[in-house]
Amino acid sequence: MTENSQHSRPLLQVRALTCEREERLLFRDLDFSLDAGQVLQVKGGNGSGKTTLLRIICGLNDGYQGELYWQGNALTEHWDDFHAGLLYIGHRVAVNHVLTPLENLRWSCRLHDPAADDDICGALAEMGLAGYEDSPCYSLSAGQQQRVSLARLLLSSARLWILDEPFTTLDIDGVALLEHLVARRAQDGGAVLITTHHKLDLPRLRTLTLGVAQ
Amino acid sequence: MIRASVGAAFRATLKRDLLISVKRRNDILNPFMFFIIVVTLFPIGISPESAMLRQLAAGVVWISVLLASMLAMDSLYRSDYEDGSLEQLLLSSQPLYLLVFAKNIAHWLVSGLPVILVSPLLAYMLSLPADGYLTLVASLLLGTPVVGMLGSIAVALTVGLGSRGLILAVITVPMSVPVLIFGTLAVQNSLAGGSPLGYLALLGAMLAAAVSLAPVATAAALRITLN
Repeated sequence: MTENSQHSRPLLQVRALTCEREERLLFRDLDFSLDAGQVLQVKGGNGSGKTTLLRIICGLNDGYQGELYWQGNALTEHWDDFHAGLLYIGHRVAVNHVLTPLENLRWSCRLHDPAADDDICGALAEMGLAGYEDSPCYSLSAGQQQRVSLARLLLSSARLWILDEPFTTLDIDGVALLEHLVARRAQDGGAVLITTHHKLDLPRLRTLTLGVAQ
Repeated sequence: MIRASVGAAFRATLKRDLLISVKRRNDILNPFMFFIIVVTLFPIGISPESAMLRQLAAGVVWISVLLASMLAMDSLYRSDYEDGSLEQLLLSSQPLYLLVFAKNIAHWLVSGLPVILVSPLLAYMLSLPADGYLTLVASLLLGTPVVGMLGSIAVALTVGLGSRGLILAVITVPMSVPVLIFGTLAVQNSLAGGSPLGYLALLGAMLAAAVSLAPVATAAALRITLN
């Protein structure tokens, strides 16, 4: 794909997305697009459908009507391409408790971008977990487990990051670090879709608020 | 962009699941101990007469193996569901049925294989004539992976339910009955002096069908569960 076409087509496009859950309308006719270099913060009260929206885009939930496009192609026909370019971190952090951070990341990297052990240790060190590489994850705090999961951001070449409430258990340093990573991903030509109640301080930040009168 | 190769993802998943089982020894020990306990109870409860036990041996071992694998199945996918690893598995760009197959193999290696290895010893305790050992082990080697993969579909469907109780057994046992029938028939036939190959071939056919179809069904069931 040429540079040109990448610029002309948004990375991710959502058209007329409607989702009903348990006979309650979560959102109707949602339209937005996400270009390379952008960060979109999804806001909304509890139960407004933020997580559902992210899971629909990831392909984990198919209870919706509407159309999704990845680099101009209908998502439903290009899941493999899309998943190769996607990194999703949900609020369940995908960290197995009996494995060590190193073993956890080895596996999750193999599912996406293979990474050498040195790179994984480097990423863990950058997340402030140097010295914890070989401790079982059940001995880590919730915030540290979140950091293990977020170390995948450093190891990933995915163009689109979808992060569901990534700040919840992080301390102040962790929040600053994650904001920095998100900003850097956007600068490098990626895009980030993020749900949080946290006030993000990022250039080119766009917001989408769910649950308001539509 | 460098893509992880299918083979590497398959091996990594297999290795990860084996590592988890080794670290959580209960997953290996529980079904194994359960199997031994159930089999040991039969001579005590029914009769220590070897003439009587000989008749029952093949069936007792096979039924105990089935029950032990029901017990082992409970742990399959549960921690992955709870910690979100299943979501990551679904979002991998690698084919899901291969990753599921890797998990099935790892599960069988830690829960099925030890039980099979100890089965001749227990068959000896039940006075199964020596002619039957080889057929018993062969039928278990072919049959237990089928049961495991059928169970994997049921677990994938029910892993999202809070307390599933007996539902797993209710789904899996009826589907496993043909395996039980042909497994015990094979052993009884070889004891009667016949050739067990026909029954073993049927079990082999079931295994081939399970290997090619069950991971696909499990993958679909996981997508439904996580929806």
